Order: sequence, then structure tokens, then C-alpha cells
Amino acid sequence: MIKVDNIKKRFGEEEILKGISTVFHKGKTNLIIGQSGSGKTVMLKCLLGLFKPEEGLIYYEEKAIQHMNEEQQRDLREEIGMLFQGGALFDSMNIEENVMFPLRMFTKQKKSEMLDRVNEVLSRVNLEGVNKKYPAEISGGMQKRVSIARAIVNRPKYLFCDEPNSGLDPKTATVIDNLIQEITHEFDITTVVVTHDMNSVMEIGENIVFLKNGVLVWQGNNTDIFNTDNVDVTDFVYSSDLFKKIREIQLKER
Amino acid sequence: MTGYIEDIGSYFLMLKRTFGSFTKRSVLKELILKEIDDLIIGSLGIVVFISFFVGGVISIQTALNVSNPIIPKSLIGFATRQSIILEFAPTFMSIIMAGKVGSFITSSIGSMRVTEQIDALEVMGINSLNYLVFPKIIALLCFPFVIALAMFIGICGGLLAGVYGGFITYTDFTAGLQEDFEPFHLVYAFIKTFVFAFILATVPSWQGYYMKGGALEVGKASTNSFVWTSVLIILANFIITQLLLS
Ligand SMILES: Nc1ncnc2c1ncn2[C@@H]1O[C@H](COP(=O)(O)OP(=O)(O)OP(=O)(O)O)[C@@H](O)[C@H]1O
Ligand SMILES: [Mg+2]
Repeated sequence: MIKVDNIKKRFGEEEILKGISTVFHKGKTNLIIGQSGSGKTVMLKCLLGLFKPEEGLIYYEEKAIQHMNEEQQRDLREEIGMLFQGGALFDSMNIEENVMFPLRMFTKQKKSEMLDRVNEVLSRVNLEGVNKKYPAEISGGMQKRVSIARAIVNRPKYLFCDEPNSGLDPKTATVIDNLIQEITHEFDITTVVVTHDMNSVMEIGENIVFLKNGVLVWQGNNTDIFNTDNVDVTDFVYSSDLFKKIREIQLKER
Repeated sequence: MTGYIEDIGSYFLMLKRTFGSFTKRSVLKELILKEIDDLIIGSLGIVVFISFFVGGVISIQTALNVSNPIIPKSLIGFATRQSIILEFAPTFMSIIMAGKVGSFITSSIGSMRVTEQIDALEVMGINSLNYLVFPKIIALLCFPFVIALAMFIGICGGLLAGVYGGFITYTDFTAGLQEDFEPFHLVYAFIKTFVFAFILATVPSWQGYYMKGGALEVGKASTNSFVWTSVLIILANFIITQLLLS
């Protein structure tokens, strides 16, 4: 569980997060959604400690990261897996080395043990036989999956994903979404996913936080979101023609 | 102006963090070996090539300009040695390396920045500056060997060009090489080299690490890095020469 208590973040004059409070639950896929520029990535980077909010606290279980010393923060980070928007695989390393990296850095396992674990997670994300390839030699969807594998290899308690399916075709995007959800349930992880993809919202939105201009305007799950009267949310949800049509049909049926 | 002061501040802050919390030893060792391979071994070819021919040109130029029979021929060897040891090898080579090694460092760190690989390191709780910059600093401690090689090859180039070009005999040239030799000049050259090596490792890293933007900016940062690095090398050269030789 991650609890966010009234965080504010500004860059220069501009306040990007204007006092956000919420809870991200354990064993659930928590989504942060909102329009481009609403502050989703900034919020995620605050959770990760890459940005320091000027005000407010972020609790991992009972303890606020702002109150942790450097040692404790480092320990916490070993429990965090992160899937970056572009994958952020190390291009100087092959797939196997990329996935093994957190193990090499933080465990004292033998090479063979590490290799076994690497192959285990690679097959978990349905990737086999690419161990020796380099990130530039595999497709974008495969890179995302390798990145997921790297994020979960050290058995994290928290998993963060920034737009896991941007730039992917709808089918691959769904595969990635489902993978994230399965992993979350399987290992009882607290997962936070930033997205603006309505498909993901429908597929895996177990707890959805809606941001607009740095303010949390709505929170609920993927059934609530189709029944809310909140104008900002309906604007966002029904901005695509497909969902507009669905909405019209729904309204007619009522 | 405040921009420059901030830049200088961020540079020293970077150095401080580079020597902060250390990466796991076994990993660091590997990284250092890789950097030695990339930065040092990978540069030897171009260093040998340039030194050889520039050494040759220095000796031919000197020969062509000493047509006066009163001046002893051995001057050619002497002048070649002096210009190679004092300036050509340490300074000129370092500036060429600012183009090769410097822009390589900036673009590799810069592209890690824009593709969030540096964020990925930080998220894992790794001190990314120590991970990325420290091995480069250590690898460039081998830079004096490169410069020593440049000196040797440069003088060989001068000798061969002088002798086979028919400007001077082997005996005259080697006599010139040994004339009025001041060991302190070598000390001076290698002190410079160490300073330049440090500039070469850190300034391009700093340019890459703190860059913002996308792939286009990586290119710009590399160019910037070359300008900064060579300007700093020239300035450091001036200051060190003032301090040590005058
Ligand atoms: N490092 C930064 N420095 C200054 N301003 C920033 C920085 N990062 C983000 N911002 C600003 O914060 C605002 C929110 O950005 P953010 O990246 O969080 O948007 P987002 O919701 O993730 O959008 P997208 O869906 O396009 O990724 C933007 O106006 C952006 O310009
Ligand atoms: Mg974003």
C-alpha cells in the first residue's frame, strides 16, 4: 500500500501537483489517468522519489519516504520495479544482462542461480530465445516485455509503469496490460500504472485516480467510471468516437 | 552570467556525487575495464596515425626552414623533440581526444539520459554518477600512456621523414634528440596530461548527464562538449605553463 498525503510539486513558478491525496492498494492495479500534461508522470516520479515534492508526504506502508534516511531509501528502492515509458533498457547490454542487472547489483546469488531466475521471468513474459539479442534488435513490444521482466526479476513489492502500452498495437497493448495485472495478483504487488489509454482503463482499472491540471478530480474503478456524472471524467472517457457510440447506445437502452 | 555560475556549481556537485555512494565492487571493476577498452584502447589507432604523420611534418618543416649552413642540422631533431614533447603530444592530442573520446562520452551518457536509462539506474537505488562517471575517470588515468605513445611515435615519424626525405642523417637527428635534454619538460608534459585527462573524463560526462531534450539535443550536447572541453584544455595548458615553466 502506498498512501499519498497532500503532495504539492512545483517547477519554478508553475504548480504542477496541487495537493493530491490518495491511496494505492496492495494486490491491485492502480491507474493514474488524465490528459496529456495533467501531471501523471510528475506524480509517478514523486512516488518514486525522483522528484521531491515541496509539500506533503508519501507513505510506503507505514513509513514516509521523506522521513527515511539514505540507507532506508536505498533498501526501499530494491523493492521497487519500474517500467519506463520507453522501456529504458540499457542498450550496452543484451537482454539477459539487462534482466539480470538488478540481481547482480543487489543479490549475492551465483551466476547460474541468477540465470535460472532470468529465464524464469523471461518465460513469464512469454519471451524465449532472445537472451543474447540487444535491445535495438527486438521490437518495441518485446522491449516492453523485457522491461517488465527486469522490473519483476528481483521480486518487487511495488511495480510502477509509465504508459506501458503507448506506441503498441491494440492486441500487444492488451497482452501487456493483462500481464501487468496477472503479475500484480499473482505476487500481491502494489502496482501503479500511468496511462491515458481507455482500453487499459477498461481492462485493468481496479482503482483509478483521475488527474486534471494537477488536481485529483475523481477516483473509482472501471465500472464506476462509466456511470459517473463528473463532467471532466465523462469528457475524457467519451472523447473517442468509439466510446461516444457506446455511450449513445447505453443511454438509448436506459 | 548567473548561468555560468550555476553551470560551474552543477559541475562540482556532480564531482561530489560521483565519489559518493559506490557501486558494487565486482560490477565497477567490469565497468572500468570496459571503459579502458572503449576510451583508451579504441583511441590508439588514431593516435598512432596522427602522431606519426604530424611528427614527420614537424621535422620536414623545420628542415626546410633551416637552410642556413651555420645552423647545425641536429637542430631538426632538437626542434622536433621539443615541439612534440612540450605541446604536440600532450595538448594537441588531448584536443583531438576531446573530439573523439569527449563526444563519445557525451553522446553515450546523453542518450542514456533521454531514454530514461539514467532514471532507471536511480530508481533501482544506484548512484548513477558513480556508475557512469567514476569508471571513466579511472580509465582515463591511463591517458598518460596514450600521450607517451604519441611522443614516441611522433619522434619516430620525425626521424623517418627527416632521414628518408634526405634532410638529415640518422646520426645528426639522434644527436639533436639528445641535445640539452631537460627531464623536467617530461614532468611538465605529464602533469599537464593528468589535468587534461581529468577534464576529458568529467566535462563531457557533465554535458551528457545534465542535458535535456531528445536525440537532436544529444548531437548538440556533443558539439558543446567538444567546445567546452577544448577551451578548458587550452586554458589549463596556459595556466600550467605559466606556473611550471616561467
Ligand atoms: N522536469 C520538469 N521541469 C519542468 N516542468 C516539468 C518537468 N516535468 C514535467 N513538467 C511540466 O509538468 C506538467 C505535467 O507534465 P507530465 O509529464 O506529468 O504530464 P503527463 O500527464 O505525464 O502527460 P503525458 O500524458 O503527455 O505524458 C507539464 O506542463 C510539464 O511541462
Ligand atoms: Mg507522461
